[in-house]
Amino acid sequence: MAKSLGPVKRKFSPWTDPTSVPFIRFENITKRFGNFTAVENLTLDIYEREFFALLGPSGCGKTTLMRMLAGFEEPTEGRILLQGKDLAGVPPYRRPTNMMFQSYALFPHMTVEKNIAFGLEQDKLPKAEIAARVEEMLKLVKLEQFAKRKPSQLSGGQRQRVALARSLAKRPKVLLLDEPLGALDKKLREETQFELTDLQHTLGLTFLIVTHDQEEAMTVSDRIAVMDKGVIMQVATPAEIYEAPNSRYVADFIGDINIIEGAIVSNSGAASGGVMLDCDGLKIAVDQECPASTGDRVAYAIRPEKVRLGIEPPADTAVNAAAGEVYDIGYLGDFSLFLVKLDDGRIIRAAQANIQRLVDRPLTFGDRVWVHWSRDAGLVLTR
Amino acid sequence: MAIDTLSPPLPPEPKVELADDAGRTNPARWLIVAIPYLWLLLFFAAPFLIIAKISLSDTAIAMPPYTPTFQGFGNLGTFFSQLDFENYAYLASDSIYIKSYLNSLRIAAISTVLLLLIGYPMALAMARAKTSLRPILVMMVILPFWTSFLIRVYAWIGILKPEGLLTVLFQSIGLMGEGEQVQIFRTDYAVFIGIVYSYLPFMVLPLYAALEKMDHTLLEAASDLGCPPWKAFWRITFPLSLPGVIAGSLICFIPITGEFVIPDLLGGADTLMIGKTLWTEFFNSRDWPLASAIAVILLAVLVLPIVYFQNQQQKAG
Amino acid sequence: MKNARFDATVLTLGFAFLYIPILILVIYSFNASRLVTVWGGFSLVWYQQMWSNQGLMDAAWVTARVALLSATIATILGTLAALTLVRFRKIPGRLLFSGMIYAPLVMPEVITGLSLLLLFVSLNVDRGFWTVVIAHTTFSMCYVAIVVQSRLLTFDRSLEEAALDLGCPPVKTFFRITLPLILPAVLAGWMLAFTLSLDDLVIANFNTGPGATTLPIKIYSQVRLGVTPEINAICTILIGLVAIGVIAASLATKRNELRRQRDEHAAAQG
Repeated sequence: MAKSLGPVKRKFSPWTDPTSVPFIRFENITKRFGNFTAVENLTLDIYEREFFALLGPSGCGKTTLMRMLAGFEEPTEGRILLQGKDLAGVPPYRRPTNMMFQSYALFPHMTVEKNIAFGLEQDKLPKAEIAARVEEMLKLVKLEQFAKRKPSQLSGGQRQRVALARSLAKRPKVLLLDEPLGALDKKLREETQFELTDLQHTLGLTFLIVTHDQEEAMTVSDRIAVMDKGVIMQVATPAEIYEAPNSRYVADFIGDINIIEGAIVSNSGAASGGVMLDCDGLKIAVDQECPASTGDRVAYAIRPEKVRLGIEPPADTAVNAAAGEVYDIGYLGDFSLFLVKLDDGRIIRAAQANIQRLVDRPLTFGDRVWVHWSRDAGLVLTR
Repeated sequence: MAIDTLSPPLPPEPKVELADDAGRTNPARWLIVAIPYLWLLLFFAAPFLIIAKISLSDTAIAMPPYTPTFQGFGNLGTFFSQLDFENYAYLASDSIYIKSYLNSLRIAAISTVLLLLIGYPMALAMARAKTSLRPILVMMVILPFWTSFLIRVYAWIGILKPEGLLTVLFQSIGLMGEGEQVQIFRTDYAVFIGIVYSYLPFMVLPLYAALEKMDHTLLEAASDLGCPPWKAFWRITFPLSLPGVIAGSLICFIPITGEFVIPDLLGGADTLMIGKTLWTEFFNSRDWPLASAIAVILLAVLVLPIVYFQNQQQKAG
Repeated sequence: MKNARFDATVLTLGFAFLYIPILILVIYSFNASRLVTVWGGFSLVWYQQMWSNQGLMDAAWVTARVALLSATIATILGTLAALTLVRFRKIPGRLLFSGMIYAPLVMPEVITGLSLLLLFVSLNVDRGFWTVVIAHTTFSMCYVAIVVQSRLLTFDRSLEEAALDLGCPPVKTFFRITLPLILPAVLAGWMLAFTLSLDDLVIANFNTGPGATTLPIKIYSQVRLGVTPEINAICTILIGLVAIGVIAASLATKRNELRRQRDEHAAAQG
């Protein structure tokens, strides 16, 4: 694997090109287990060579969706197309997808070598070719000297690599990764995330990853689908998901955010004054196109790092500003999170980078402060 | 009549359920279910229907050489007309049978209590032993179970009989005079000793399983909260081991009720147990219908504990 | 501390109770005297008598064949039953099926024995070797099913899915992945079935016929006539065989366990 300092955000956006054909298409997929609906009328396109993430809390249907693509579950309704071909009725052992399991699922009674060779043997490839391919895979994951070991003789990180090598050995059209890094500790997980993206770019394969870890999804993927209760809430690039969540759910799920409920006072388009909100007395102005009309209940969402904090009142205290006192401070190393209790009782979270050393920090508990933000700092959420 | 119960299980409906293979229509999967299912239907379930039927037959027509009275579905009418409750009436009329049932239940109940009293301290001691020692102790409890039941009962004859080793022992330590002998053999006491001895592993193992998985910090927490050890045992340890107590008691009580070998070899002529009575009716009197009726009643007596045991097992499985 | 002394006493007494009768039985098999109460010196005379007792030897041979056959069939059927219990939870009549698996574990032997016999009679099957094999298979398969079931419950299904995912069809997956991994439980089930068959008197006595007298039946008929040291001799041999088998099996398990621990240690070292 090539040494890398981080994910190379490549120029790759087939989803914006109306002429490009999706590689995988989930078409009106519904999956029910008894009375429980795991996935509901879901449609999703994934493009060739894309690194796509399904993100959501446990039970949101992301794993079920992946298992339907692998062939372990059949959709109750709808169909799954791979390169335009309907996969219905094709058993898992005949699908050109391979999966890296959350538990790795390494065969404990086989050596590393045998594990990697297992899939190739099923294709009845000549022995010499299998050996060559196994060697290539071992080299790829840097485990050459561990070929003869059993999985129980490997560390967690090594097992993860074997699992990866095994699922890549057959050169699948799509590699499915089910929480692939969940069992690793934080440091190893971060390293591996970068390796995964490199590997995907090098091999030019389509990767579909399932994860509940938003950081992981943001780091590795080209696009993320945020799921909740069997429905896709938003499909977008990591930056879009973070900066422009389309709903309270997505905003709240990704990163830290203040959500302030309110109603629209006026809405005249981004060019001419934007949206004016009244949030129980707090006036908020936003430069944004918004489909809602006057009187609609909406939410205003703003990330803590976009909230400014000061002892002095801002120039304009009528809009996008409120007074309060410091209620709690969380020191997080690179920055501090201030919880400001506004005079009306609401709590606003404001993050401040710790540019100065801790001892010099001027604000402390009980200090009277002002929080304020610019008109383009946050956004109005109608869902 | 066995035939109609033998229709093969219906093919699994294509229901979808998490982690279940029933929905996949693969002939191999099918055979996995069908083979053991059919075997048990034929050799375990069907015989119960036959036993029920024969218990309703007359001795004359059911006596060996036994000709099956069921000759196909066409003769169903005559077949049923031959059935009556004569054997059950006979069972009710002769007090020896009722006494046998009651005595079996009494012996099984007393034995189960004795087994609990002896087995619980053993299981507790095993669960409290050092972790490295525990597998060896479990092994030592299981080992006698692997040796033949018959052999273990037989071993006691040599010890308990009047001129046996117990008499020799008591005489040598002066507990008994020259002419005296231990009068236990062929009494209920010998039966209790034999039963407790044979069933002890069955009682200890479920108890140990329940006690062993108990979280030891619970007792520390109780102690920390001011609960003295003996009280902690009754308030914490014992309630948590109840599933083991129930499992062990059922595993012992049910088969002891129908026990044959122990009362036959160690018990006296007056030790009435229903297993022995059934055996005698069958092998000595050769009254098959009566033996069947005894079995049906025994089954009826035990059906509740058996169903309860199955429920417990299914919950555990 | 008080607990420790109490526990040690309980265990000592308990194990003494369990083992002394067996020990006495073994010791007296080497007694030259016919009387149990008299120690007539060490002798192998009862082993010689046992060896030359044709009836006893025939019975032993019948028992060995019955046990081997019934344990093997029971292991296959029991494993399938365990798969059904764990993997096919939605089959019609599942309650009946699991009932038929659990009931034989506690069913009094006289009932099982009698009811099977009546089945054979009503099907006009001559009783003998095969009816005993079927009878033993039927109750011991349930024990096998329980043992294998508990292994299957902890079996990581994703191993099978991984095999399928890598292109291995289901039946092949069973033989290449599932079976090798549950094999210890399957073998333990076989051993259990084998000893159960070796032990059984009641069910065999109901279902046997001419020429198929098993060892327990033979021992039982001799015991009824009185204690003979010859029986002690054959019992000692049976105990010895079982003890060797069980100890060998547990040593093998222990060795595997140690190897696994060493492996994990090696892995932790990198």
